[in-house]
Amino acid sequence: MDFWKDPLKVAADWLMGIFTGWGMNEIAAQVLIGFLGVLVLLSLLMVLDIALVWVERKVVSRFQSRIGPNRVGPFGLIQPFADIIKLLIKEDTTPEGADRWVYNLAPILSMMSVLVLWAVVPLAPNILGVDLNVGALYIIATGAIGTLSIIMAGWSSNNKYSLIGAFREVAVMLSFEIPMLTVMLIPTIFASSMGIAAITNAQDTWFVFLSPLAAIIFLIAAIAELGRAPFDMGEAESELVSGYNIEYSGMKFGMFYAGELLHAFTYGGFWAILFFGGYRFFGLEQVSPFLAIAVVMFKALIGYWVIMWIKYTVLRIRIDHMLGFNWRFLTPVAFVLLMVTAFMNALLADAPNWLYISGMFLSNVLVAWISLETARHYSRRERERVEEVKKTVEAHH
Amino acid sequence: MTGEQIIFLLVAVSTLVFALRVVTTGNLVHAALWLIATLAGVAALFALLDAGFLAVVQVVVYIGAIAILFIFAVMLTRKEMRDRGPQMNPNWRFGALLSLVMFGGLYLLLQGWTGMEKTVSDIPSGFDAVSVLGDALTSPNGYVLPFEVASVLLVAALVGAVYVAFNRK
Repeated sequence: MDFWKDPLKVAADWLMGIFTGWGMNEIAAQVLIGFLGVLVLLSLLMVLDIALVWVERKVVSRFQSRIGPNRVGPFGLIQPFADIIKLLIKEDTTPEGADRWVYNLAPILSMMSVLVLWAVVPLAPNILGVDLNVGALYIIATGAIGTLSIIMAGWSSNNKYSLIGAFREVAVMLSFEIPMLTVMLIPTIFASSMGIAAITNAQDTWFVFLSPLAAIIFLIAAIAELGRAPFDMGEAESELVSGYNIEYSGMKFGMFYAGELLHAFTYGGFWAILFFGGYRFFGLEQVSPFLAIAVVMFKALIGYWVIMWIKYTVLRIRIDHMLGFNWRFLTPVAFVLLMVTAFMNALLADAPNWLYISGMFLSNVLVAWISLETARHYSRRERERVEEVKKTVEAHH
Repeated sequence: MTGEQIIFLLVAVSTLVFALRVVTTGNLVHAALWLIATLAGVAALFALLDAGFLAVVQVVVYIGAIAILFIFAVMLTRKEMRDRGPQMNPNWRFGALLSLVMFGGLYLLLQGWTGMEKTVSDIPSGFDAVSVLGDALTSPNGYVLPFEVASVLLVAALVGAVYVAFNRK
């Protein structure tokens, strides 16, 4: 069965036969098939997104000792559809003095910045949109569009709270982009390619064993980039109500919400692809491309689950701590780690595999240990300084 | 006309229109947003030329960093964020003349250039533009010296910015 080995090519050939049979010329048929492929992928992602609403709500409620949606359908499975109907029939409000064009464009850009990410996701050995040789950079570039959509939403709503929320969120996103891009260069060094497909192919050993610290930094930066707790200063419910999307109602709000969920899932997927072997799982991907897709989706769900787990466990961090943590700790550590990895890679280029892996792993542990010790030293000094000031103040009274 | 030419014309014309909107719109934030559209158009042109790396870098650096910082600067420095001052500088006649002369000069220069009629040669399969670029930037026979000088310049600019912003206690 050819279809079970390479479904995309078989489907494309079949469609090509039909279209040319209708008298369409070959190039037009190719363009049409390309469009159809994109349409199918996007529709599947949107359906997945609806399922993610249910997953997220169920998981949160478990973390908070609740049951969660359980009224509509078995296990509340129909609940997200009810939510969507509600969002669609809700009145679509635009605040007075809003900048209409920018206001309406922002949710579209927000959703788009997530969907275009899937162009480079390798779902199976021969199922991927495009094999860009600058895949890692492409991920960061689409993040730029997400940042843009948030600042557009915050500004155009003509609301002080949404503007403050947008400022905070964008400040966080811009600064956490730097450690994220830096640690993305580490799989690039291992695979000696920036292409996501090549990075997956190079993972005979999962890169998390070669560079656990990079995997952790990527996860932290990804959560910050998503603007989820503990980095959800931009939407802080208790002070800004909802941040940049406060004025949006109905499906426009739904776009932001769905975009955020799918973004979290997508970053979970990239975490899995960059550090946990993507669709590779003990040769399972060679058996059938459908199994490979199942593997990568399963890994992405685990990544998404970790992101949710952190979101509903950790408290919100103050914004100056958040930015200080990035600029004073995460960014330098990421830079040092990148330099150490590049150096070790050159040093161990001809070494046997076990030595390469253990050398990389040990150098990671060393970098992590030194940076944590330095941070501890600094914070102890800071605490002592504060105590000193307190004592002098008390003595004066 | 081939499909590629049609796409090129569409992208080029819309980029020019967006660029015109940058200087003609009265709202500063809108001008910044039009600038982003213009830069995205340039990125699309790079992509059409098979320069994927440059296209992505264009988006990361210009849209993701510089244009966002423009918007930040506008929002943090303008009280109303809706600037309605005069758009024309008193020197606009001189500026228009200068740009006209520049355009004429470029036009004359390109008249004698034979590259216009050339067709693009196909890129051989397996050609990795990114690794060629990387080799060129780091090999002693390539551009390692200008690359390092530019890096030092950027580091100097960073240090200078930190020095200016540093709060002495």
